[in-house]
Amino acid sequence: MNQGVAITGMGLISAIGNNVADNFASLISGKTGISKVRRIKTVHEHEIMVGEVPLTNEELEKLLGLPPDSHSRTPLLGIMAANEALSQAGIHNISEYSTGLISGTTVGGMDKSEQYFYDFYESNVHWNHINSLHAGDSTQKIADAIGLSKSFVTTISTACSSAANAIMLGARMIKSGELDRVIVGGSDSLSKFTINGFKTLMILSDTYNTPFDENRKGLNLGEAAAFLVLESDAIVSKENKKVLAYVKGYGNANDAYHQTASSENGDGAVLAMEKALKVAGITPDEVDYINAHGTATPNNDLSEGRAILRVFKDKIPEFSSTKPFTGHTLAVAAGVEAVYSILSIQNNVIYPNLNFKTPMTEFNLVPETQLMNKEIKTVLSNSFGFGGNCSTLIFTKEA
Amino acid sequence: MKEVFVNSIGSVSVQKTFDTSGFLDDLVDYEGTSVKAVDPNYKDFIPPAAARRMAKGIKMSAVSSQNALKEAGLENVDAIIVGTGLGCLGESEKFVRDLLDNDEQYLTPTRFIQSSHNTVAGSIALDMGCKGYNFTYVHSNISFESSLWDAKLQLQNNEAENILVGAVDELVEHHVTTHQFIDHIKKEPVSMKQVLRSGTKGIVFGEGSHFFVMSNQKQASTYSKLIGMGIYNTLANSEVSHTIMAFLEKNGLCKEDLDGVILGNNGDVDYDTIYHDLETSIFKDIPQYVYKHLSGEYDTASGFGFWMANKILKTGKVPELIRWNDIKVTQPKRLLLYNQYRGKNHSLVVLEKC
Repeated sequence: MNQGVAITGMGLISAIGNNVADNFASLISGKTGISKVRRIKTVHEHEIMVGEVPLTNEELEKLLGLPPDSHSRTPLLGIMAANEALSQAGIHNISEYSTGLISGTTVGGMDKSEQYFYDFYESNVHWNHINSLHAGDSTQKIADAIGLSKSFVTTISTACSSAANAIMLGARMIKSGELDRVIVGGSDSLSKFTINGFKTLMILSDTYNTPFDENRKGLNLGEAAAFLVLESDAIVSKENKKVLAYVKGYGNANDAYHQTASSENGDGAVLAMEKALKVAGITPDEVDYINAHGTATPNNDLSEGRAILRVFKDKIPEFSSTKPFTGHTLAVAAGVEAVYSILSIQNNVIYPNLNFKTPMTEFNLVPETQLMNKEIKTVLSNSFGFGGNCSTLIFTKEA
Repeated sequence: MKEVFVNSIGSVSVQKTFDTSGFLDDLVDYEGTSVKAVDPNYKDFIPPAAARRMAKGIKMSAVSSQNALKEAGLENVDAIIVGTGLGCLGESEKFVRDLLDNDEQYLTPTRFIQSSHNTVAGSIALDMGCKGYNFTYVHSNISFESSLWDAKLQLQNNEAENILVGAVDELVEHHVTTHQFIDHIKKEPVSMKQVLRSGTKGIVFGEGSHFFVMSNQKQASTYSKLIGMGIYNTLANSEVSHTIMAFLEKNGLCKEDLDGVILGNNGDVDYDTIYHDLETSIFKDIPQYVYKHLSGEYDTASGFGFWMANKILKTGKVPELIRWNDIKVTQPKRLLLYNQYRGKNHSLVVLEKC
């Protein structure tokens, strides 16, 4: 009962590093990836800050040995992270076991679609991107790159909780024996579409985001891709694999309150955390660290804070949001933070919630602001999105 | 493991399927390269003030999901799982157009909010006050099958008792025109009766919304039992028949056990050959049915196929216009659905009368 699912590989590319090791180095040295927008031409360039992956599409294509202008940015980032995850898991023959790929994305190929929206009518030069808007195309391109055929490959889009749900589905499929091995996570690139969308919602900060701070001004958008490899216990024991950590619990609920905003008391978030604790078979006091969703919007941090208080009562574990490092990477946020949670368990470390100064007036919650060493056995990670989608994952050192 | 049933159905499509009593007895013909859904009287389902700002995908889904819930006799469910290839694409397209035309100025949030792929699942949860599991799958033409798979997994393991499973996609001008450039959508108009034998490249694009209540409890309204499913991202043409036979065997069946196969033929001369190969080989002696001439093709058109399979199993009737060969069976008991699009994302579903 309540057996965790083994994680044997992870890969990550974000604003603070092109791989897992670089991300960890930035996290422990307090180095943010937030800057003025450089790669996307937007009239809002002076009013927003973002977490961009430093590599250009051309550089990514070169690194991956792909022809120029063949892929939108979402699959390019995704292939980078998936390759790293497979390499760490020591997987050379992907067809050896029944293997699946489950990816989360919100934009898919929107970066190219918005770029060539009218151009498609003028010339045929970029027609290769016409069919790349849909999310499934990005995932299939990742599947092609890692050589996955005749397999269960699907895509989840539940806004900013997408990757959490991909990890959850993957864990459920391993547990029920539907797959032996599954690559789970997500990929999302920055686009004018999301920059302008969040701008209209008036939740973008014009400076560095400050989660759980009284004077928080909103979020910084980011881009990233992150994947984990989950494997059955049978493979782990047969191949004597090193297990990085376990997916121990997961919970999904809907806030059913508003299409974009979270409820005042975080009902959906409470349900998601409670379900995850139940699946994990643990009590709240066994959680050593909460990697909060903490987007730094007025609404999220208040709702999430209240939800954490409702679940953990007077014994709140150390918590922080890593959004000041990476920005809010939308569909991938839970993937990025899954990797950070695993690194936290492996290295017994809690990351600082950068930029925090003033506690919120509504409650007495203060995130960790300095790097902290502590034995970490269990991490709870939250992700919430539009459409009321709330998800919680629990990662543990032991199965 | 618990058994999985389809307890109710709801549909808005190119045909008048919103009328839950009929079964394709008054067909809508067309002549074109794209074909819109027949609008039900939305006022019966959505307050008019709210409907004005609503994306078509949300409106269609309000009708089909409410019809499904009503037939199942439910006011709420344990989970909502929706599949959509492109979400409310019309809103995304308008938002991009506004953004480009006005140099990123004067934009309003409504279109962006409705562009989020999970907006249909979210709005249904909001309307019902359903705080349970809520998922949206967005993987081309297996978006709906991914949702079915997820529901099956939960119901078998008794993690839920009633799940609302849906499929929705909408027709958008920019999408149609640009996909005509690359021959994914036909350039020459064809009629409903011609499309599957058109002999030209591309498909006739359609739209629709299909919802089903899936349950691990059989009840008076039950349509069918879900026996097995398979999803394969890619298969070489030569691997298809072998894969289908292996799938049947895995589910304890052989092809002689099937009373019909529902095929995803869409009239694209380049890719219907995959179906033709099966029609003349492993499915040679089995009644063959088709539906995409009635529904149009879109990422979740297989939701129409699933709707039709359930209607056949419950009513025992097979409308003349869906017959693809001359073999007839009275009161079909077991149907296999096979679908693929442009040779990718192959899906298999077996349903049984119960």
